[in-house]
Amino acid sequence: MASNEETVNHEPPDEAALNEEASRELSAMLAEAEQTSGATEEDADDDTPLSAPQSVAERAAVIEALIYVSDEPLSVKAIADVLKEDKQVIVEAVAALAQEFNARNGGLQLRELAGGWQFATRPEYHEHVRAFLKTRPSAKLTIASLETLAVIAYRQPVTVPEILEIRGVQSPSAIKTLLDKKLIVAKGRKETVGRPMMYGTSKEFLLQFGLKDLSELPSVEDFHDLSGGL
Amino acid sequence: MSEETPDAVEERGPLKVAGAVPHIVADDNTDDLKIQLGEFEGPLDLLLHLIRQEHVSIYDIPVARITDEYLRYLRVMQEMDIAVAGDFLVMAATLIELKTKMLLPRDPTAPPEEEDDPRTELVNQLLEYQKYKAAAQMLWSRATVEQAVFKRAEIETDKNNPEVAVGLFDLLKVFQDILARHKEEKLLEIEREEISMAEMLERLRNMVMSSGELNLRVFFERAGSRRELVLAFLSVLELVRTTEVKLFQRETFGDIIARTA
Repeated sequence: MASNEETVNHEPPDEAALNEEASRELSAMLAEAEQTSGATEEDADDDTPLSAPQSVAERAAVIEALIYVSDEPLSVKAIADVLKEDKQVIVEAVAALAQEFNARNGGLQLRELAGGWQFATRPEYHEHVRAFLKTRPSAKLTIASLETLAVIAYRQPVTVPEILEIRGVQSPSAIKTLLDKKLIVAKGRKETVGRPMMYGTSKEFLLQFGLKDLSELPSVEDFHDLSGGL
Repeated sequence: MSEETPDAVEERGPLKVAGAVPHIVADDNTDDLKIQLGEFEGPLDLLLHLIRQEHVSIYDIPVARITDEYLRYLRVMQEMDIAVAGDFLVMAATLIELKTKMLLPRDPTAPPEEEDDPRTELVNQLLEYQKYKAAAQMLWSRATVEQAVFKRAEIETDKNNPEVAVGLFDLLKVFQDILARHKEEKLLEIEREEISMAEMLERLRNMVMSSGELNLRVFFERAGSRRELVLAFLSVLELVRTTEVKLFQRETFGDIIARTA
């Protein structure tokens, strides 16, 4: 074991002098601030009307900025409210913006997700992004949970006995897991004997599976295996 | 797959189990470990596999053969001491019943249209399940792609930080007040004398050398601070390592003594 610890000698910096200097600077800054600003916090909420976008290009730019800043997928309605424009105008504007933006074929895509629009990285570059963020793929669902989720997604609202009938096997832990992960929610009780609880998918489901809405799910009939086991 | 009953091997060759070796998986939410034989999620899953394995059509299942394969599989599971889930047993019973129904002679007087194929219900259930099995696969693929997609981190806004709605002006003012107060306080600085590792080693050597023996408890009690205590302990270890001292006890659980080696 090498002993590399020396007794430390503290040379006290000339703190008094430093304090003096800081104090002087501060006073100067404060004096200047008091002079120039008439603004206080109350002004933040003033209702000066936003200037309406002057052109198609400007509108597209504003929409782009809003979508970028929004933490959650931004709905057309929300954009229309801010711009105070007709919803249909916005729908077309966003569609055009998305087409133009995605044609870049860059690292980002503008996509529809869970009822709104969002900027996100393209999946092709996930390795580098992950390396940078130092994240690892999170745990996937078990097959039992996925099958249960599939039944719920396509047949919602659906009860546990109905799920059992389709899958042929009980899996109470699957339902619990899906509830814990907020992928499914209870949607009331079925008015039959026993009044069993019905389940449906949630917004979180759309987010985690990259869906803009339930209609984006491929038709379940498409999964009909025509080979019939041969 | 290690154990197979000798007759099974001779009759039909090794039992093909999807996914090869049985493996232990952790249950989603409990602390139980389950043994998963192959990759079957239930009796329907197993049946679909057997149908494929036997190269038969799902629309014309040879019930007797499939039932025999199914029961053989359950037997293997039981031989491996794996508890078979109730649902598998229910299906076994269903298949056996189906098998007997298929063996019953058809009523010659009944018109052909009225004959129900007893397999219909099972076939429909299998077809239905197959759809959702494929759908589950689709979901898995979607989730995989989605995990490869990232959105930017959250932007801090006033909404997120309601407490930090303070302006720079206020912050400067507070800081100025603190500085002013600070000027008035007189600070007393006490310099701490810190012993170094080298010095601690010397101290230990001297103590052991001077009396030939040193009670470690006494040595540790001399330490003035936690840091010194740690250094003292390390010094003891070091001197033992370099065989400069030897440690012993006069009695079990007695004080540890250090002695020159």
